[in-house]
Amino acid sequence: MTLIDLANPTRFLALTARLLPWLAGATVILLAIGLYQAALAPDDYQQGATVKIMFIHVPNAWLSMFVWGVMSIASLGTLVWRHPLADVAAKAAAPIGASFTFLALLTGSLWGRPMWGTYWEWDARLTSVLILFLMYLGLMALWRAVDDPSRAARAAAVLTLVGAINLPIIKFSVDWWNTLHQPASVMRMGGSTLDKSFLVPLLLMAIAFTLLFVTLHLAAMRNEILRRRVRSLQMMQASRVAFSSGAREDGASKEVGAT
Amino acid sequence: MTALAALIRRDIRIALRVGGGALIGVLFFLTVVVLMPFAVGPDLALLSRLGPAILWLGALLASLLTLDRLFMADHEDGSLDLITMSRTPLELACAAKALAHWLAAGLPLIVATPVLGLLLNLDMVATGAVALTLLAGTPALTFTGMIGAALAVTLHRGGLLMAVLVLPLSIPVLIFGVAASQAVIVGPMTFGAPFSILCALSLVSLVVGPFAAAASLRHGLD
Repeated sequence: MTLIDLANPTRFLALTARLLPWLAGATVILLAIGLYQAALAPDDYQQGATVKIMFIHVPNAWLSMFVWGVMSIASLGTLVWRHPLADVAAKAAAPIGASFTFLALLTGSLWGRPMWGTYWEWDARLTSVLILFLMYLGLMALWRAVDDPSRAARAAAVLTLVGAINLPIIKFSVDWWNTLHQPASVMRMGGSTLDKSFLVPLLLMAIAFTLLFVTLHLAAMRNEILRRRVRSLQMMQASRVAFSSGAREDGASKEVGAT
Repeated sequence: MTALAALIRRDIRIALRVGGGALIGVLFFLTVVVLMPFAVGPDLALLSRLGPAILWLGALLASLLTLDRLFMADHEDGSLDLITMSRTPLELACAAKALAHWLAAGLPLIVATPVLGLLLNLDMVATGAVALTLLAGTPALTFTGMIGAALAVTLHRGGLLMAVLVLPLSIPVLIFGVAASQAVIVGPMTFGAPFSILCALSLVSLVVGPFAAAASLRHGLD
């Protein structure tokens, strides 16, 4: 089974129908284990119990970037290989990515309140994630602005790839801007100094969230394919009605409506 | 080469004549800058501190405002189809159009900067720094904005959608433009570092912009 075999939407639907229950089951089990482990993790000596927000926050933040990567690959699929499902994948991923980004911002803000004493800090990471969120919303607006899916797909693909080039630049410049404007006053835990009792649940949660994304993404792709089928059926119906009523006036449209 | 030169000349001529609207950008720039004291108060010390930021924001919005015309008029009268079908590579044609747009709509902004600097109580050096950073940075705004303009013309949607798509991409230019101007006026930073990064951003957008715009035109027009 190669990627090109999946170009047939019917085959894709059949495969995902078999795959999805397993993926959903694995996601639920991993999430349960991860959350349990996270609940059992010891409190941080400085941050107390609030450190547990990290187990939700970090996987969300990781996925917010991962999803853009998935969309970029899908966009290459649209522009270079003209894979018929690539634009479906890109379109389905955008709202999911935006949700993960929003959750990363939200949990970060809730974490920041007890730790930094403020819901929002113009910290480099927060700022770049906020910009990422804005770009997701812009992309979704682009998808919604055009009614013809294939036309919207190519425009969105160009924008996604430009965004993929630009995101590291934005990240870098926001870092620069931040060091320019305020000294690093924010307390942070270094990634590598993380204790094993935190690291294991965190990794579990990251895998669980990634699986969650794959599950949601495949389900959203199925929905999108079905939505397009409904749309083309409706358009066929409409054109048939228009054609037959134009050709024969004597109640032919009623006949078509009845069948 | 002559084809590109002709394209540039034609675009500049159209932009500067009646109905072209390149100079409306300058008027908009002026109006935005004049609005600022009403918002923050006529405190000259505060204005001179905010001056570079105000000028940069004004220039950013003004260059965005004029961008929807970049492909739209050509699309309406059909000349965009001729450009797409001509033997000149579409990437080069896009670059030429953006260059013409920058010459007609971007350069006047920079020329207007010293006058606006006076209104904001900036001294000679500060005004010069802002004008220099605008000179280095506005090509990046035009060339990244061109991607948005190309998307907008293929989708038959201009205006607000384009602004929403392009503005996040222009954040790095804004950061380094303002940083370089502030470096001259107050900053502990040196002028050189942010300024060279600003030039680098312009050069990168010079390469990426035409390709992305040409790709979107090629895939989008039919």
